[in-house]
Amino acid sequence: MGTRRLSAVAAVALAAALAAGCSGGTAGETASPAASAGAPARPVKLTYWTWVPNMDKIVQSWNAAHPDIQVTVSKQAGGDDAAAKFLTAAKAGNPPDLVQAEYQMLPSFVAADAVADIKAEAGPAKAEFGEGVWSLVTLGTDAVYAIPQDSGPMMFYYRRDLFDKYGLKVPTTWDEYAATARALHEKNPKVLLGAFSSKDPGSFAGLAQQAGARWWSIDGEAWKVAIADEPTLRVAGYWGGLVKEGVIGDKPYFTPEWNKALNDGTQLSWISAVWAPGVLASNAPDGKGKWAVAPLPQWNASEPHTGFWGGSSTAVAATSPSRQAAVRFATWLNTDPQAVALLAGQGAVYPASVKGQAALSKDPDYFADRPGFWKTAAEIGATARGFTFGPNVNVTYNAFKDAFGKAIQDRSDFAAAVRAMQDATVADMRKSGFQIVP
Amino acid sequence: MSPHRPAGARTRRAGAAPYLFLAPAMVLFALFTALPIGYTAYLSLRRTKVSGLGLGKGARKEVFVGLANYATALGDGELWAGWLRVLGYGALVLVVMLGLALLFALLLDTLHVRFARFSRAAIFLPYAVPGVAASLLWGFLYLPGVSPVNDALSALGARVDLLGAGTVTFSMANVAVWGGVGFNMLVLYTTLRAVPREYYEAARIDGASETQIALRIKVPIVTPAIILTTVFSIIATVQVFTEPMTLRPLTNTISTTWSPLMKVYRDAFVTGDLYSAAATAVVIAAISVVLSFGFLRVVRDRAFGEGR
Repeated sequence: MGTRRLSAVAAVALAAALAAGCSGGTAGETASPAASAGAPARPVKLTYWTWVPNMDKIVQSWNAAHPDIQVTVSKQAGGDDAAAKFLTAAKAGNPPDLVQAEYQMLPSFVAADAVADIKAEAGPAKAEFGEGVWSLVTLGTDAVYAIPQDSGPMMFYYRRDLFDKYGLKVPTTWDEYAATARALHEKNPKVLLGAFSSKDPGSFAGLAQQAGARWWSIDGEAWKVAIADEPTLRVAGYWGGLVKEGVIGDKPYFTPEWNKALNDGTQLSWISAVWAPGVLASNAPDGKGKWAVAPLPQWNASEPHTGFWGGSSTAVAATSPSRQAAVRFATWLNTDPQAVALLAGQGAVYPASVKGQAALSKDPDYFADRPGFWKTAAEIGATARGFTFGPNVNVTYNAFKDAFGKAIQDRSDFAAAVRAMQDATVADMRKSGFQIVP
Repeated sequence: MSPHRPAGARTRRAGAAPYLFLAPAMVLFALFTALPIGYTAYLSLRRTKVSGLGLGKGARKEVFVGLANYATALGDGELWAGWLRVLGYGALVLVVMLGLALLFALLLDTLHVRFARFSRAAIFLPYAVPGVAASLLWGFLYLPGVSPVNDALSALGARVDLLGAGTVTFSMANVAVWGGVGFNMLVLYTTLRAVPREYYEAARIDGASETQIALRIKVPIVTPAIILTTVFSIIATVQVFTEPMTLRPLTNTISTTWSPLMKVYRDAFVTGDLYSAAATAVVIAAISVVLSFGFLRVVRDRAFGEGR
């Protein structure tokens, strides 16, 4: 009986493996049934890899209006895995026509020659976006590699009710934040003001941007890598101190344990970005109506800034045979008022388009009791500053995870972890042969 | 060639049919095993070379670099640190898992049939749980904030972080043992059931106790099966990946290069360096071949009777 079950298990596993192997999709083979009726003989077919929720519904309204260009959405898991999958597909010669590219991954895509320069077709879209976000898709060069979709200015989220309970004021500077963390720890050692996660390099990059870091820049025909610059070391030293003192948490974000802490009020605040309401709604449902939003604490209160955590763009694969059609769709998706409204409403993204941001009116459900969420977001977003990302962010981010994980574990110097990021990044770039300014 | 084979013509005629029957297997083997291995070896000798900023068309090309990737892989302290971690983990898993498997097999062999059937199924069941699911399940049980295990421990006054630096290896080994005992037990148990009952009868007549029968008769008889399961387990340990990979997001203590195979994954799919990953993969394959055959060589005579 045992053996039979064993072979049954093996058979199921084999079948699953075969199915997975067979479905490892050839791009562009699935035709939308709606396309054939009433359309010209041969509509252009585009495939689009994205993880924006409900994108298939948003695309339906494009497909209905454009029988000559039919887009098929292929839903992705998102994050680093999605980027790896796209790079692998591009290397294998069958990428999708369009791909959702996070800003920090775009340079890697460009360096791998996986996405097209769409300057000729996308140039007119420039006016729809702010200077900062547009520079993320040009990488500070003359080319245009994608059309911005959403952006993630960082903001400070806190439990209003518990701040009142413990008599805390919303910190406006990082010094105040540290003092608040200490005061809270003294009042109740079982709760924490916040945490530093070793698994979220994007969050750390945003905090470094706020402080004025410029991890990469282009100097003529060479890259300048300055991850261990003064602002970044200042940010790292600050968080390292708080972790060492034990007045904030040191566990990773997005674990069941962390969800519980947010949900039951063991963690009183979260330094996050404009997309946080979605996360809070699903991971901390009990906190609905208890959270409020404020600008990040500042290094210099008279010059408020914030950084970006997350945000992505729509890029066109270098080998796509229908580049013009693809750019037309990407431009529509990210700039057309109707499409952007759908993106914000159905896809829950904070649009990068300036007009799109201004048009947001309905507050997120989670903050329904505190009207004006989007107004606050727009005010904070106006103070955001980013930096050009380099061609091997994945190496840098991976080095962040390992170095900060170890630093937290050993209670050692965070500055050394930043230097490990810098060294890993430079070593990898040298190995590949990139020109680097010493 | 031909002088050694006087009956060459006849052999060839007889030889056509076997090859025909073998063909499907050979084609599949060539396509899905030999070819990928060959491609891996080919990739391991190459690297991308970038010029200037590395942006735009033609800025990146693939070049032949000889054994440079191997030199880097072998010179990387992190890979050897990974081997050390896996060695500690593997020693733990091997001893505990196979020890328990043998103990359970021996116990089941002496138990009453109905009870034995239930226990056998119960012990085997975890093997049917996929590794990722098992790791997630255990991960939730380990996480200090949500773990009932932790609550129980702290009620007893013990404050242990089951995912801490000193404990994480044990926690991971526990997942592997939980999942693996059943399968190994089944292999040993099946071997035991094939032993003619007369042996035991004879031993009892000679006045042997149950323990003596177990240690002096049953264990020597199942030794070849123990060796087989050990080789399988060594290979599985060298390739440990699922457990650390699934538990990694939950804790600061597991790095992205915790085990050698995780380093291959990181190089290939996170940092996008297929070439280094290929070289490291070849090194891992070589080491697991050496370990498995080395073990077989050491125990061969003992396991398979008189040897040659």
